Amino acid sequence: MTQVATGGHHVDSGTLLLQASNVTMRFGGLTAVNDVSLNVHAGEIFGLIGPNGAGKTTFFNCLTGLYKPTSGEVRFAGEVLPPQPRLVVRAGMARTFQNIRLFHNMTAIENVMVGMYSRTKTNAIDAIFRLPRHRREELASTERARELLEFVRLVGASDMLSRNLPYGDQRRLEIARALATDPKLLLLDEPTAGMNPQETRQAEELIFKIRDLGLAVLVIEHDMRFIFNLCDRVACLVRGAVLVEGPGSVVQNDPRVIEAYIGSPPEELPEPGPAAEKPAANPGEGNADA
Amino acid sequence: MRAIIPDETKVRFRYPARAVGMLGAVLMIASIFMPWAYGHEALDDMGFYGAPSPLQVFFVILPVIVLLLLAVPLLGKARLGKFARALAWNTSAKTASIAATATVAVALIDIAIELEGLVNIEVGGWVALVGGILAIAATLFLPDSPEPTLDRLKSPNWLQILGIVVLMGMLLFTAAFALSLDKAGQFLMFAAFLVGVVLVLRQVGIFAWLGLAAANNNRVLVLSAFIVAFAFPFTQNGSDANMSIASQVLIFAAAALGLNIVVGLVGLLDLGYIAFLGAGAFTAAVLSDSAFATVNFKPPFIITVLIAGVVSSLLGLLIGAPTLRVSGDYLAIVTLAFGEIFRITMNNLDGTDGPNLTNGPNGIPGIPDLNIFGYDLGAVHEIFGIEIGRFANYYWLMLIVIAVIIVVFMNLNYSRIGRGWVAIREDELAAEAMGVNAFALKLLAFAGGAFLAGIAGAVKAHMDTSVTPDQYVFLESAFLLAAVVLGGMGTVMGVLIGATILKLLPEKLRFFSDYRLLVFGLLMVFMMRFRPEGIIADERRQLEFHAEDEELAEELEEEMITHHAHLNPERKGFDL
Repeated sequence: MTQVATGGHHVDSGTLLLQASNVTMRFGGLTAVNDVSLNVHAGEIFGLIGPNGAGKTTFFNCLTGLYKPTSGEVRFAGEVLPPQPRLVVRAGMARTFQNIRLFHNMTAIENVMVGMYSRTKTNAIDAIFRLPRHRREELASTERARELLEFVRLVGASDMLSRNLPYGDQRRLEIARALATDPKLLLLDEPTAGMNPQETRQAEELIFKIRDLGLAVLVIEHDMRFIFNLCDRVACLVRGAVLVEGPGSVVQNDPRVIEAYIGSPPEELPEPGPAAEKPAANPGEGNADA
Repeated sequence: MRAIIPDETKVRFRYPARAVGMLGAVLMIASIFMPWAYGHEALDDMGFYGAPSPLQVFFVILPVIVLLLLAVPLLGKARLGKFARALAWNTSAKTASIAATATVAVALIDIAIELEGLVNIEVGGWVALVGGILAIAATLFLPDSPEPTLDRLKSPNWLQILGIVVLMGMLLFTAAFALSLDKAGQFLMFAAFLVGVVLVLRQVGIFAWLGLAAANNNRVLVLSAFIVAFAFPFTQNGSDANMSIASQVLIFAAAALGLNIVVGLVGLLDLGYIAFLGAGAFTAAVLSDSAFATVNFKPPFIITVLIAGVVSSLLGLLIGAPTLRVSGDYLAIVTLAFGEIFRITMNNLDGTDGPNLTNGPNGIPGIPDLNIFGYDLGAVHEIFGIEIGRFANYYWLMLIVIAVIIVVFMNLNYSRIGRGWVAIREDELAAEAMGVNAFALKLLAFAGGAFLAGIAGAVKAHMDTSVTPDQYVFLESAFLLAAVVLGGMGTVMGVLIGATILKLLPEKLRFFSDYRLLVFGLLMVFMMRFRPEGIIADERRQLEFHAEDEELAEELEEEMITHHAHLNPERKGFDL
């Protein structure tokens, strides 16, 4: 399977931000990500879909330095990204996790302040002697953390332990923590998994709000309605390789995508077209109910 | 207990139970006017009618508390007002009865052992025991009190400060009294009494109130704690025996606090920590004026201390840089080996192969006393008419060192760096993915902790007057770790208590020195099973040990908000 050329035929809203070229990740004999190339531009929302086990999260891990790709290259704003998570964060790329990985025994605001670690400089000497830099940065980070909590509508929960927060709030707190690293590109791994329809709508609004701040967003999702509402462009990953990439409307109606999700239609059905919409939306709804 | 006696029964019997309980308490009080023992060799002279010995007077305290806890509620809710619910009267009466009886039991056992036979226990002892058992049985029939709400009552600030000052005064008195008890039986009895009093204070709700008062008056607390610690040598009348123990405790505590950064704050397991104390001690020894010192460079002590710290932290970096990338069990094994390598190296640096640095197993004896800014720590000084001996001087020096260590510990904990450490402990991968440089932070903890231990080691070298490799065996590392775990990982107060227990008990209970390891082993097993977070629990650590306990999480969240646990840059840590 080869990658469908993106061409220059649609919104090039900004400069090229993330440029993954021919990324391959093998674990022994298993090729989890196979020769994937993707471009994300500044200010766009890019969706990554695909059936379970397609390699979406593995691809995320390759981008964010948790894995070192077997081959291929990831460039961010023109620079090759070092394969170390904290350096990736410094470069301006932050992520959330599919299974929420908050610091459970820290309060909401402390979680956000940990996110600010790479943007602050207080060292041991500053902290021990309580030098001006410590004081200044602590005040500034507290202030900023409160702003971010307000941004994701969690301001009332700032002193709550993150493990005591309701599920939806935990997801939003993780986004606030990622935003605290001051990223140019935000990677969201299934931000609406386990959410009810109302929470999903709120998440959608939040992601639009983040885009309006000027950030690019790369989002993995199973909820099709959510993803096609949200994304400027969508890529479908199947068995580690990009099957289709393009604007939401194109990907949504592509028979190969439908096939990847629900299997090939029986021979009797003459037209794949009308059948396409329902099944494509179904997995997403099923997921939201789960 | 709840299961044994059904609630309806408790309600039905509450008045008779109260009466019987009070009778028990009165019996216990009356018993001090009767002889307890046939002979005066055990405890102290408890053999007379109508003339209580000093120790017998002390047996009044807990029964009086029981009596008060049982009698005061009889005034009725109207007259008690807000205090009716503020204190857990019934539940703490039960705890106090158990504590009182346990203290009596320890005393009776001691009498029976020391005078060889139960027959030597006289009528007073039996009366006290019967009274105690009556009180326990009766209080079991009282309805359980609801959670005390004393800490929710508004109290004026002066009262809170007074509370702290009284607590500190009692602490000083207790410490002086405990150290003055020479007989193991007396000491054990006092320890049982102390544990009982602490449990009762906790149960009745006074500790929660004190905790709040302490959080509100942080500075008063710290200041009064140091004044009390500073005043301690004045209670010793120039005797150096106890001051020697006290200064050993402080050295041990200083090293344990350094280890607490590594174990408590970052969550790494270090089994060779004593090597850093040893590195500091050897550095100070070879740079000292001792005739056996092998380095011909004699800087003033202030410089020596810094060099000792730097040498220790360099060793920390040396061992940390390659091993901190591995985690958990591997790190424990590597540090364990490092501790042994250090000791063996010190044993072998005797000049037969390679340089002579440490004189091998003989070590470096004859290290002279310190003289800091003209104050000779080896001499006896007279202050306010009270003699301050050599060990008291070192005790004061160590107090300053401990103060510095506590400031470093707290200020690192409540900062960007401390937050990074917590994040690493919670989820290292997520921390990395949020930009935290986990490796550098771990290395910092390793080197920083080693620096502090090195400083303590430098003082230790001069206090002990000699440094030999065999003082720095694995067992000492294990004890340091035990002090941290027993006291409470991540807390200052807990580790100070843990270090005191582990150093003081063996000194005072010489008779069980053969079984020391057995007893501590059992103690650790019990702690791990019933209170893994240690005697004084760090809130976050407690949460980590009870990951499934939702109720505890809610409760501690509230506590963390009232105590401003990590945040609030205006208030946290100690300002220099």
